Amino acid sequence: MKQIEFLLNGNPICVENPTPDCTLLDWLRETRNLTGTKEGCNEGDCGACTIMVTDRDGTRALNSCILFLPQLHGKAVRTVEGLRGPEGETHPVQDAMVAHHGSQCGFCTPGFVMSMATAQHCGQEADDDTLAGNLCRCTGYAPIIRAAKDVGQTPSPAWMADDLSLLQQNAIESDTVARPKSSDALATWYEKHPTATLIGGATDVGLWVTKQLRDLGSIAFLNGALDLKEIHKTENGLQIGAAATMTDVLNAVKPLYPSFAEMLRRFASLQIRNAATLGGNIANGSPIGDSPPALIALGASLHLRKGQTRRTILLEDFFLEYGKQDRAPGEFVEAITIPHQPDALRCYKLSKRFDQDISAICGCFSILIAEGRVSAARIAFGGMAGTPCRATHVENALLNQPWNAETIATAKAAFTKDYTPLSDMRASAEYRIMSAQNMLERYFSESMGLPTDIHEVSA
Amino acid sequence: MSVAKSLPHDSGSLHVSGEARYIDDIPTPSGTLHLAFGLSEIACGTIDSLDLGAVRSADGVVLVWSAADLSPMPDASPSVHDEPLLSTGEVHYVGQPIFVVAADSHLAARKAVRKAEITYRKKLSIQTVEEALSADSRFEDGPRIYSKGDAKQALDDAPHRLQGQIEMGGQEHFYLEGQAALSIPQEGGEVVVHSSTQHPTEIQHKVAHALNIPMHGVRVETRRMGGGFGGKESQGNALAIATAMIASATGKPCKMRYDRDDDMMITGKRHDFQITYDVGFDDTGRIQGIDFIHYTRCGWAQDLSLPVADRAMLHADNAYHLPNARIESHRLKTNIQSATAYRGFGGPQGIIGIERVIDHIATHLKRDPLSVRRANFYTDFDETEDVQTTPYHQPITDCVINSIVDELCETSDYRTRRRAIQSWNAENPILKRGIALTPVKFGISFTLTHLNQAGALVHVYQDGSIHLNHGGTEMGQGLFQKVAQVAASRFGVDIDQVKITATDTAKVPNTSATAASSGSDLNGMAVQNACDTIRDRIAEFLAEKHKTIPFDVLFENGNVFVAGTTYSFAEAAKLAYENRVSLSATGFYKTPDIKWDRIKGEGQPFFYFAYGAAVSEVVIDTLTGENRILRTDILHDAGASLNPALDIGQIEGGFVQGAGWLTTEELVWDNRGQLRTHAPSTYKIPACSDRPDVFNVALWKGENPAATVYRSKAVGEPPFVHGASVLLALSDAIAAVGNGNEYVALDAPATAETILHAVNRQKQSA
Repeated sequence: MKQIEFLLNGNPICVENPTPDCTLLDWLRETRNLTGTKEGCNEGDCGACTIMVTDRDGTRALNSCILFLPQLHGKAVRTVEGLRGPEGETHPVQDAMVAHHGSQCGFCTPGFVMSMATAQHCGQEADDDTLAGNLCRCTGYAPIIRAAKDVGQTPSPAWMADDLSLLQQNAIESDTVARPKSSDALATWYEKHPTATLIGGATDVGLWVTKQLRDLGSIAFLNGALDLKEIHKTENGLQIGAAATMTDVLNAVKPLYPSFAEMLRRFASLQIRNAATLGGNIANGSPIGDSPPALIALGASLHLRKGQTRRTILLEDFFLEYGKQDRAPGEFVEAITIPHQPDALRCYKLSKRFDQDISAICGCFSILIAEGRVSAARIAFGGMAGTPCRATHVENALLNQPWNAETIATAKAAFTKDYTPLSDMRASAEYRIMSAQNMLERYFSESMGLPTDIHEVSA
Repeated sequence: MSVAKSLPHDSGSLHVSGEARYIDDIPTPSGTLHLAFGLSEIACGTIDSLDLGAVRSADGVVLVWSAADLSPMPDASPSVHDEPLLSTGEVHYVGQPIFVVAADSHLAARKAVRKAEITYRKKLSIQTVEEALSADSRFEDGPRIYSKGDAKQALDDAPHRLQGQIEMGGQEHFYLEGQAALSIPQEGGEVVVHSSTQHPTEIQHKVAHALNIPMHGVRVETRRMGGGFGGKESQGNALAIATAMIASATGKPCKMRYDRDDDMMITGKRHDFQITYDVGFDDTGRIQGIDFIHYTRCGWAQDLSLPVADRAMLHADNAYHLPNARIESHRLKTNIQSATAYRGFGGPQGIIGIERVIDHIATHLKRDPLSVRRANFYTDFDETEDVQTTPYHQPITDCVINSIVDELCETSDYRTRRRAIQSWNAENPILKRGIALTPVKFGISFTLTHLNQAGALVHVYQDGSIHLNHGGTEMGQGLFQKVAQVAASRFGVDIDQVKITATDTAKVPNTSATAASSGSDLNGMAVQNACDTIRDRIAEFLAEKHKTIPFDVLFENGNVFVAGTTYSFAEAAKLAYENRVSLSATGFYKTPDIKWDRIKGEGQPFFYFAYGAAVSEVVIDTLTGENRILRTDILHDAGASLNPALDIGQIEGGFVQGAGWLTTEELVWDNRGQLRTHAPSTYKIPACSDRPDVFNVALWKGENPAATVYRSKAVGEPPFVHGASVLLALSDAIAAVGNGNEYVALDAPATAETILHAVNRQKQSA
């Protein structure tokens, strides 16, 4: 792209020849001298760089450290410097944070303030979910939550509204950095540039740049292809466009598969979910991505496209081996379909920290019982092998068996036939197997009405 | 009077607006160079070949230095000169700096660093406690041993005896602002260094030594840090030295900030500990004799490990009277990052040791752990009774732990809840709850006695505004505000009249690190001293003018009252100026009554102790080990608090950080000695939802019997220990799985995995 345009703290900005992999954070700090936005980790895990972005879909908090400048085209960005009113009035979130002693060292504070101001702007009270992506090492969070409660749902100041009509919306594309406006345009361009990097939310590719210091080569930013973000019900099921954000996916699956939604609530952080796309979470082939095991347990299928050729495969067949997927050069994930079904899904995400952590394992179970026997079972795990994959031996051990403790005990033993997990910094192989087995027991216990959720216990 | 008011942090409004400047936010002159270190990829060995050709020719690179370019090699150690800035051929850990690059941008420097081609001759590295012991790889000749009474005899005589061991991991500081320094060359070969450091004088000293100039040629300024926690006591030396040397060599300003992964790979962390114990006790659980052995992995260089390990020994008693005790401490030299200061400085590790012992005894005797705790507490001080002493022979004359625990039991409803939890557990096969109350007694003073001094510089301008400076540094703890409250109180003016200024080695020299919780004790007193000097001069002048005595000149409510006349403070200052009264003064303070022989383990290392207690309730999932803190109640002794809101902030934050250390914060090194958890994606500090659902923190009402500033108590480190209540509550929940016969023996960090293993041990024994 040769030129992009966006609002920065209310003012239209035109950037000529932006370095396509320049992060918003670096640009703000180094080019604009807007140093209120901080770099804490440069990988989207601490939230010190949180900023507010508004586009036609609404307003959301994003991590500026893994957000590339071209992704902002046509949007409005507000940084901590843009919180004050036209007469220099402080923002109510700023007042509350001072009044409740919500800052100590202050380094994480601009990020917190932006998350809180964004929540308020969206009509929400900031809470554990909206702030899960903001780390604070000093306060223990208690005073920050007190400040958030104090702000509550008071309306966001009028000056926080960004007027996108101030933008001309003239993006000028270049040959190596594309911003296709539709799936068709992407298909055409990608066929010509099959080695290019496709960037949805940049929550993974961002780290290739900030941590691996890789050169991305040709790039296509997908956020202009609006049809890739669509989510709708078809006669086959719920079809989700590859560029739909995890936030959109969460909202779409919530009424159908609440346990999936609950797991997605713990998928990274709000800032990441607001950027990350479902297509990216699948296509990057990570063995520990959290959406694939749930989708496999739901029997989801994947719609792939290369040029004008489309094909549909079962999602579980997409993952061939570690680092290898059934995707040809120039072919991309266009959409995912979750078939209609009765909801029997339970997703169990196990991580060192409850919120905003990568899964050690993620187990997803959909087991149907008819007349006391297992009539169908789909079980899939992430973190147990080089790819997300099904536990077919366990499924077979359950199928047609009576739904009782004995069956569970037998099926638990089959896990070692399905998986030979590794030990790493997240968990040992032994723990992975043991807790995977116990997840089946949890599913059974839950179906028997036993309390199994630590979140339902209070002092 | 502004003291004792809950004023906000001095920079609160700058924090929330983004205007508060950290090192990387300081506008730099054009031409500023940006530095990055090239790091070792092996844990132990020698460099065979170092090819930096591609680094030198990389985009934007201005200068590349390795050992070959520096003679003599500057030292970055805060203690025994064993940390060459860059490897001189020997490599001691994965992450050790080998060369430094200066480039025209931070990114260019980072990219260039990766182009180095280095070959090594590997040697067998020493990673574990066992490896270090078998190689006798240690600091100091042998273990330190402190003892009191006859532990061996008491153990032999005791009706009950237990042995055990606990391991506790280290901890990454995870200050949100990484290490950073900016050096600006001055005329005549001098340099100004802006450093994110808890110890500007140390930076000044190390930079002067590296540049081979007197300390007066180096000025170090620190306005604030984005978190320190001990991690910026010595770990900023390398960045300051590198930037100052290259600034001096090139004449250009130089900035260096570690990328987060580099920061975690290079810098030291909390010391991990393995503690074994042999304890003898009576039927009530009262300890008669105890023998501890501490093993700690200090990493490759000595840094501050000796005083850290000493402090662990000095807290082996926590709040318990141990009549016969022996503590042996091994400081092991290993091929990992050099472990360093971290909030509590070894104290928490020592305390976890004795808390484990108490918990073990309680299981053995099938008693409520709280009753065993009470049986062993030091008695609250009573002049009529014999004074109890610590294992290092310091008399305990300020104990209030029994009163604190009594009150906390009431306010937290401990007994009722403990019973309710037992019946709840009986009905719930999968989820189990647990509760525990743990005390803290924490010794206040640097154990290196000469560090217990501080200086201040105060100016009163002729308009009555006050310029305040002292040797303490602001890392978020609110020190600047507390000290400003002292200054405002001395002059009887509003806090807004006091200007807080950056710590600056040119204003106050020869300062100690802001560490050991001592910041407000030391600097508050020094500032009080300086303010009183000026106040007394004004009073003397006005008394003479009004024919009265200085004692009758009062400074209150922004005014000065003398013999029926009222001046505003500004008028008094102006009058004093016009009458040639000096309105500038230095202040000084040294802690009285302390003496300590660290080799013998005898003396009075601490001026006083801070006390407190915490009750935590948790729930665990016995299928996965997942867990949550349901409620925590803390009652903490901050003396007569200088600022209750800031002190409560320290307690809340300290507790959560302590709980993180003992639960989710796990450092993992692989078998090559490489740290695998070097970013927040893999190293998990508590997030927002990890704080307790119900979180009640209160300050104990009572002033410090020791003559501290306004009778307040230090509050930085002691509350960190309250996190222990979470570890022991988890232990209590796990015990509910078993039949009470086998002790849970939960190690830290108690990750979900560690908990599940402990649960399974209980299931097997039941």
